[in-house]
Amino acid sequence: MTFNIHGGYLEAIVRGYRAGLLTAADYNNLCQCETLDDIKMHLSATEYGPYLQNEPSPLHTTTIVEKCTLKLVDEYKHMLCQATEPLSTFLEYITYGHMIDNVVLIVTGTLHERDVQELLEKCHPLGMFDSIATLAVAQNMRELYRLVLVDTPLAPYFSECITSEDLDDMNIEIMRNTLYKAYLEDFYKFCQKLGGATAEIMSDLLAFEADRRAVNITINSIGTELTRDDRRKLYSNFGLLYPYGHEELAVCEDIDQVRGVMEKYPPYQSIFSKLSYGESQMLDKAFYEEEVKRLCLAFEQQFHYGVFFAYMRLREQEIRNLMWISECVAQNQKSRVHDSVVFIF
Amino acid sequence: MDRFIDDLPPMDLMRSEKMMFVQLIIPVESAQRAVSYLGELGLLQFRDLWLRYERCRFQVKEQDFVVAFNYIHYDVFPLLQLNSDKSPFQRTFVNQVKRCGEMSRKLRFFKEQINKAGLQSSVHPVSGPDLDLEELEIQLAEHEHELIETNSNSEKLRQTYNELLEFKMVLQKAGGFLVSSNGHAVAEETELSENVYSMNDYADTASLLEQDIRAGPSNQSGLRFISGIICKSKVLRFERMLFRATRGNMLFNQAPADEEIMDPVTAEMVEKTIFVVFFSGEQARTKILKICEAFGANCYPVSEDLTKQRQIIREVLSRLSELEATLDAGIRHRNKALTSIGFHLTKWMNMVRREKAVYDTLNMLNFDVTKKCLVGEGWCPIFAKAQIQEVLQRATFDSNSQVGTIFHVMDSMESPPTYFRTNRFTNAFQEIVDAYGVARYQEANPAVYAVITFPFLFAVMFGDWGHGICLLLGALVLIAQERKLSNQMNLGIILSYFDARFFGSSLDIRYQFVPQLIFLNSLFGYLSLLIIIKWCTGSQADLYHILLLLLATVAVPWMLFPKPFILRKLHTERFQGRTYGILGTSEMDLEVEPDSARQHHEDFNFSEIFVHQMIHSIEFVLGAVSNTASYLRLWALSLAHSELSTVFYEKVLLLAWGYDNLVIRLVGLAVFAFATAFILLMMETLSAFLHALRLHWVEFQNKFYHGDGYKFRPFSFALINDEED
Repeated sequence: MTFNIHGGYLEAIVRGYRAGLLTAADYNNLCQCETLDDIKMHLSATEYGPYLQNEPSPLHTTTIVEKCTLKLVDEYKHMLCQATEPLSTFLEYITYGHMIDNVVLIVTGTLHERDVQELLEKCHPLGMFDSIATLAVAQNMRELYRLVLVDTPLAPYFSECITSEDLDDMNIEIMRNTLYKAYLEDFYKFCQKLGGATAEIMSDLLAFEADRRAVNITINSIGTELTRDDRRKLYSNFGLLYPYGHEELAVCEDIDQVRGVMEKYPPYQSIFSKLSYGESQMLDKAFYEEEVKRLCLAFEQQFHYGVFFAYMRLREQEIRNLMWISECVAQNQKSRVHDSVVFIF
Repeated sequence: MDRFIDDLPPMDLMRSEKMMFVQLIIPVESAQRAVSYLGELGLLQFRDLWLRYERCRFQVKEQDFVVAFNYIHYDVFPLLQLNSDKSPFQRTFVNQVKRCGEMSRKLRFFKEQINKAGLQSSVHPVSGPDLDLEELEIQLAEHEHELIETNSNSEKLRQTYNELLEFKMVLQKAGGFLVSSNGHAVAEETELSENVYSMNDYADTASLLEQDIRAGPSNQSGLRFISGIICKSKVLRFERMLFRATRGNMLFNQAPADEEIMDPVTAEMVEKTIFVVFFSGEQARTKILKICEAFGANCYPVSEDLTKQRQIIREVLSRLSELEATLDAGIRHRNKALTSIGFHLTKWMNMVRREKAVYDTLNMLNFDVTKKCLVGEGWCPIFAKAQIQEVLQRATFDSNSQVGTIFHVMDSMESPPTYFRTNRFTNAFQEIVDAYGVARYQEANPAVYAVITFPFLFAVMFGDWGHGICLLLGALVLIAQERKLSNQMNLGIILSYFDARFFGSSLDIRYQFVPQLIFLNSLFGYLSLLIIIKWCTGSQADLYHILLLLLATVAVPWMLFPKPFILRKLHTERFQGRTYGILGTSEMDLEVEPDSARQHHEDFNFSEIFVHQMIHSIEFVLGAVSNTASYLRLWALSLAHSELSTVFYEKVLLLAWGYDNLVIRLVGLAVFAFATAFILLMMETLSAFLHALRLHWVEFQNKFYHGDGYKFRPFSFALINDEED
């Protein structure tokens, strides 16, 4: 029980932060808002208050999301400053996912000749690194790696996808998934190394994440040129579906086959049983709901790092909810407001 | 004895103010004024009627269901509608609150601007013409618009100015590089110089510069260069990136800039570095330009012809001085505007804050069924009734309302808030007590005693009066204090006696208070007596030992047993009576229903009460021993203090003085002074305070103090201003 010497303070902090998450009552009020100003007014009574109070009145959805993300980033930075090893490494691992997304965003954007500054503004602030703007210079993967990414923590994940091929949409998407696969496996290994309750809880959460990605990859690649072997290569080598589920997923040709595979696994049966046949729209929400449930459970146990991961994920979900609500309010689509909001409590 | 206690003069601080629950029915036209007058008076605590439904639901769980249900719907609030399903932004005055929020945002913006410009906003508000909210809103909007416009203008100017400044520095420094490298590559550079800039293009604006460089040297072979300026912190990474991108086929020269450049957005000074990159090939050129863009480096063209260079520098300098003048004028203009805002800022802020508070309070009120009146509820002290009525009348009169405000007292099932009228001196002690827990309504207030005992205990524990005489004095105080040890503890129990009397339970007195008193006094009262006798005579008083010990032994079962049994007996009697009563009136179903619910609530559990009493007794006996030990800290702390002083005096100061060496003496003196100031004065003060706090909270208050009330928080402008400041 030496956890509290290094991690106790931050665990207390993160549990305090968690208490600030919006509740179902908050969401209820937010969903009734008529304008974005109403949303701002409601949020001013929550922990987001100080971040929104100096915004002039005609608000935009982007401003709300930006400021809410800023709060998350501030909290993250505060925790990172206070953290000691191995917690600081753990916290850094959490951001690598955003880093991969940002890299892909910039590379895709440059490919379609967007302005770099505009792209930079769209990047998630947690996934920023020093030379991210230079990504625009690179022409192919090898250059991408040699010029920029060799300095970043993502470098080791690149070993599998260094090719001289020119960048195109398909290649970038494959790169994203390969990177993600390597990242998840690395994170998984790191958590196993930490051992104890952290390993136990994180392996569960990461396995869920890996399985969800496997399902998404399968569904997204149906009807594309991606071969079965290539598809198989993109699945992470752990999780509930590994290895037999992966074999079956790799040969799926439509969503109902995926469903057939997934229903063999009891934890995922409940997710798919909510969906009608042939439907994949609500799948995301169902997965998010399941994820939130699992993340909340991580707070039930003490003395482990899973709470940090869970908190970051829950906040991100909350920001997604706020974005959705704000968009619905801004575009007068209030009937759809409940479509993708996932209540956290 | 009872009469003596009843005859005691009433103490303000001992019991909290008597409160009453009032209902206000205010006509809409005078509502705003009435509430703002009440805010100036600051003696009425409004209750949020919009939350009432929630609270009642909560109470239903806690108390009995039927009573609360009837209470809400039929008896007391016939006029009101329930608004449970409406969220906060659907309240009546929400638009006004929003407007106030917007105005205070603008005011914050002004304040920030004023601070940024290094001006002082006047602390004393100027007495200008009184504005109403609408006028103020318009004024603020105008000011904000003007300010934003001037800011964006001066930002643009600043941008141009920075570009020119950077260009000037690049010209000066980079020119140096080019001259120094002249010897190596004469041929190429002469070629270059012809290709680089024709001066005629340049004169227009600095923003054309970047286009110029793209259109720059076009020869396909040979060495070319790009010059520019970049933040100092990025130079290393920039150079590394260039090296990687060109695979090392480049030459990088850098020199620090002489002046710092102000960032137009953050208004911070940034250190920059000037660089010149030599390279060859068209591909490398595009790459380098891209990298420059990615790193936010500004590239400026430099002519190699010295005469041209001088010419450009001259022009840049003249333009710079022009711009500087314009910038200064802009800043002066802005500062003037800001100063005029600054005169009124404090006043405006107060005004907006007040208005917002008024509307927030109005939002707690509710429309009655006719929609012509606002209904409010709240707590006020009884003595304030006349004042509040006077204020309400004034509001009615001032707003020319036809209908007066109705103000009447109501019953409430909530317990009233606790309100002590304190002055500056007693307030500190009240705060100490409140930190432990706010007194229950009309509960005996330990702060009365804390006013005297707290400084006293503190003084005793610190026990020092300037390190000379104080050792002696401290010892004297200690001796004086030891006699009072048990008496103080008696005070706590006597207070519980007063409390019990106040709440009318004689049972507690006879079977709890009396044995407690006997137990305590026979053991510990005797202890202190013994100490005194010992000092006085040195003889022993064996005779009383056994008697007192016996008394104490008897007190324990006395405390333990009678109370639960008597309670049971009483309950049985009452319950039987009740049953008959209900049987008699059983036809009237409606009235019986709440009654029976209440009975259910009062269901008697003998074992529970017995266990409770047992715990209480054991706690008391153990507490008596441990608390007595706790009061030993009075002695222990002052002893520690005196011992420490001695040690520092003897082992540091005297030891050092023993040497004839001046240096050693000085060092000794320094150490002694340090120890006196930091250890004996600062640390000891802290520890004495801490222990005085503990003695009050734990040893004194646990004997009688419930501390589960809630504070009276009237709607008051004075309080709101305090909070904001």
